[in-house]
Amino acid sequence: MLEQHLVALPIILPLIAAPIALLFGRTILTWAFATLISAGACFAAFSLLIAALSEGVLSYAVGGWPPPWGIELRVDAANAFVLFAVTALSTLVLLYSKASASHEIDPDKQALFYTAHLLCLAGLSGILVTGDAFNLFVFLEISSLATYTLVSLASDKRCLTAAFRYLIMGTIGATFILIGVGLLYMKTGTLNMLDLSARIAALEASRTVNTGLAFIMVGVSIKLALFPLHMWLPGAYTYAPSAVSAFLASTATKVAVYVMIRFIFTIFGAEHVFAEMGMDFILMVLAVVAIFKCSYVACVQSNVKTVLAHSSLAQIGYMVLGISLVSVTGLMAGLIHIFNHALMKGALFMAVGAVFYRLGSVNIEAFRGLGKRMPLTMAAFTIAGLSIIGVPLTVGFVSKWYLITGALEQNNWLIAGLVLAGSLLAVVYIGRVLEAAYFKEFPASHDSKDVKEVPLSMLIPMWVLVIANIYFGIDTSFTTEAATSAAQWLFQNNQVLELTP
Amino acid sequence: MNLWQSVDPSHLISLAILVPLIGAILVVITGKAPNLRESVTLVTAVTLFTIVLAITDYTFQGLPLNLDVIELFPGLGLNFEVEPLGVLFALVASFLWIITSIYAIGYMRGHNEANQTRFFCCFALAICSVMAICFSGNLLTLFVFYEVLTLSTYPLVTHAGTDAAKKGGRVYLGILLSTSIVFLLFAVVGTWTVAGTLDFKAGGVFDGSESKLVLGVLLVLFCYGIGKAAIMPFHRWLPAAMVAPTPVSALLHAVAVVKAGVFSILKVVIYIFGLDTLADLPATDLMLYIGAATILLSSCIAMTKDNLKARLAYSTVSQLSYIVVGALLASSIASAGAALHIATHAVGKITLFFCAGAIMVASHKKNISEMVGLGRQMPLTMIAFGIGAISIIGLPPMAGTWSKWYLTIGALEADKLIIVAVLMVSSLLNIAYLLPIPIKAFFNSATPDQGPWSWSQTKEAPVASLIAIGVTSFACLALFFYPQPLIALVNLIPGVTTHLNGAS
Repeated sequence: MLEQHLVALPIILPLIAAPIALLFGRTILTWAFATLISAGACFAAFSLLIAALSEGVLSYAVGGWPPPWGIELRVDAANAFVLFAVTALSTLVLLYSKASASHEIDPDKQALFYTAHLLCLAGLSGILVTGDAFNLFVFLEISSLATYTLVSLASDKRCLTAAFRYLIMGTIGATFILIGVGLLYMKTGTLNMLDLSARIAALEASRTVNTGLAFIMVGVSIKLALFPLHMWLPGAYTYAPSAVSAFLASTATKVAVYVMIRFIFTIFGAEHVFAEMGMDFILMVLAVVAIFKCSYVACVQSNVKTVLAHSSLAQIGYMVLGISLVSVTGLMAGLIHIFNHALMKGALFMAVGAVFYRLGSVNIEAFRGLGKRMPLTMAAFTIAGLSIIGVPLTVGFVSKWYLITGALEQNNWLIAGLVLAGSLLAVVYIGRVLEAAYFKEFPASHDSKDVKEVPLSMLIPMWVLVIANIYFGIDTSFTTEAATSAAQWLFQNNQVLELTP
Repeated sequence: MNLWQSVDPSHLISLAILVPLIGAILVVITGKAPNLRESVTLVTAVTLFTIVLAITDYTFQGLPLNLDVIELFPGLGLNFEVEPLGVLFALVASFLWIITSIYAIGYMRGHNEANQTRFFCCFALAICSVMAICFSGNLLTLFVFYEVLTLSTYPLVTHAGTDAAKKGGRVYLGILLSTSIVFLLFAVVGTWTVAGTLDFKAGGVFDGSESKLVLGVLLVLFCYGIGKAAIMPFHRWLPAAMVAPTPVSALLHAVAVVKAGVFSILKVVIYIFGLDTLADLPATDLMLYIGAATILLSSCIAMTKDNLKARLAYSTVSQLSYIVVGALLASSIASAGAALHIATHAVGKITLFFCAGAIMVASHKKNISEMVGLGRQMPLTMIAFGIGAISIIGLPPMAGTWSKWYLTIGALEADKLIIVAVLMVSSLLNIAYLLPIPIKAFFNSATPDQGPWSWSQTKEAPVASLIAIGVTSFACLALFFYPQPLIALVNLIPGVTTHLNGAS
């Protein structure tokens, strides 16, 4: 019985739990309940991933209405992989929130925080498993609205402007996606993704469909913060509560990347989008500019959360670059980086949140001398930072390896060189923080007694991610296998022959 | 000599890598008791050397040893394999680790350095990664431990914690990390895509179907990606690293780190490109002349330096390019000379660094201009300095003679007279910047009208340091009269021989 409905569980569990969490009020129970639900969703996602890897596709008709009339939930290797990453991160962040959120968020708003978090998780899971284009928009709005709330919960009032800006940009993006989906519906009369893809393939060059494609691509690009549509992201990540930054940075934009992959490969077909519309070139240029421009900006920021936010923008550039290579290896590099980047950015934001917890500031000056004061936190930051740089035996190296291999397979030496040069900028922005932590003296003016290691409830999730960074950097079989079968699935699924320029 | 006969040969590689690692952990555990901690270091170093000797034994017997650790990517993983060139490097590094440990005990205590536990721990970690580099079975493994070596030596470079040390450390890490990330990783992935394998294979992995342009680009990327070989213009990290305590400069920046660089280049040249493929590439000549220019230019820079360690650093830059040039001459004798130079330069240069450290500890002098007449106070040190200098120059009866001999024959065999000229001019430059130091120490006096010399005037470094200096100076002499084991080892490298015309 339960197995039958497994596909729906990652959405249903947090969706039902969200209002219930509100009822618990201000007790520790809210936290325990939310964490438990998230862990349940994570377990369901893991079972789904195992099932998808062995069986291929799991389809579930919501309410018993068969597709294409009813809403279909459809799990394959690609979304099961991302779903597992998202739910696992959500669980770890919730564990971490116990100390962090109670410190940074008003006591009367804490129940709201857990509710919004669960709603956001439900929305993200929904985006990932749904097989219906309009349904995807609905879940996108659920997760986005929850996200705006989450960002605005911080005690620093600047978060309100950031959230408002995010709200405006996010809504524009969602509207664009809605317009695009509407245009597709107008032309094809269906909303089921597979049905859409079959009917679009049958249409000869249709201006309506192409306009829809343009709207959707721009809308999704806003959501995933692709340069130059990224300006909402740094503010939102900087001023949001630390736990929220950690969650959003490692999941929200990654899900948007997945949406882009889904629209390109499943609905429109890679051949149409890339070969006929030439979008691979546009994406590639934007991705490269994003890598360099945002990495550079990250090098000159003084707020470490802003540094990490810009670093995220650059990392999104790497993912989009992988997609734009139009090959199984490139797509796989993009997918594996979704997972790997979640691990590293989650750990980094958690470490920075720990510093905020003790010092109340995340300016680079606040990090001075922390190498001795908060050794475990800074060690976590160091390892996750090395992973961002792409040092061997961390997950960052695995992503970089596949991305470069993908570029070199197509004899694109320029792109391979640019990817490597981009990671040098990561050395600079991570290095600045490490230098402050390990080589500057702890300022004498601070009250040094209060500055010590953070509670275990923050350290454990942080270190779980750090260890995952190393573990999946050494034993790559799980991530590689999942990402490879996902990429192959996406290419075959649509009977698109691999394009080789 | 094989003390490890009872151990299964297949475990020796993991032992060679794990023993220094365990040593590092034990050093941290025994950190509170300095005497115990130093004994741990010494015991570990001696154990490691016996293991490497056992591996050498098996190499001469022709018993292949290898070890697969884990598969990182499909068809590609971390694996180790013993081959003669790596054994040569491992022998040099593990032997000199013992000597340096003895020296370091005298130096660190004589100098009252802080954070000695961190120092000895990072030292052991660096040796651990050097062992892994020596025995790496493919380029990926080499690359991984190359990076580990950079990271594990960074705390040693910045050991003093002063502003100068941090600045030096920044240059050190900046150049080594960025060249390896941008160029070396690029070259490794490039090789992987072009050849489909990264295993070190006798005669190279390319089958001749690749375009010369691609191979040329790869060669340039390798040469500059292996920043530890200090080919100009990426040599600045080496002088910058001289802010480290002298034992670090001695072992790491005369032996382990820089030799890991040139060792990697030799490895790539012999086992990835193959000497025959290399000889056909136009890019080989380009890099060859850049290497030759590095030899001469850095010798010239060395002459302008008054700080003894800075002068030695530039001398090292120059000597490293001997090995690069030897590798890129693409002749079997020159490669043999380059491989030998790893050993002979190591003993010569480590002697010089030991002397520089001894002078610093005993008389607190860093600049060459202050060392006039120092022979009265430190006669033993200065004699050793002379021996080391003669070895670096390449004059009999010191070890450096042999490597320069084979390099020159290799250059002649490859019909590159200009390289012969470069080697000869470089020897003259070496004389000009190294020999005046001991000569002025003995024959010029700092103050006029000194009485006859007596033993009571001497003020030498601690005994531990003197023993180390004695051993390495003796090694300089011994390797001149008895280089046969090393030469025999070099001759085992496929495609490399010390006999003319490739006849073996």
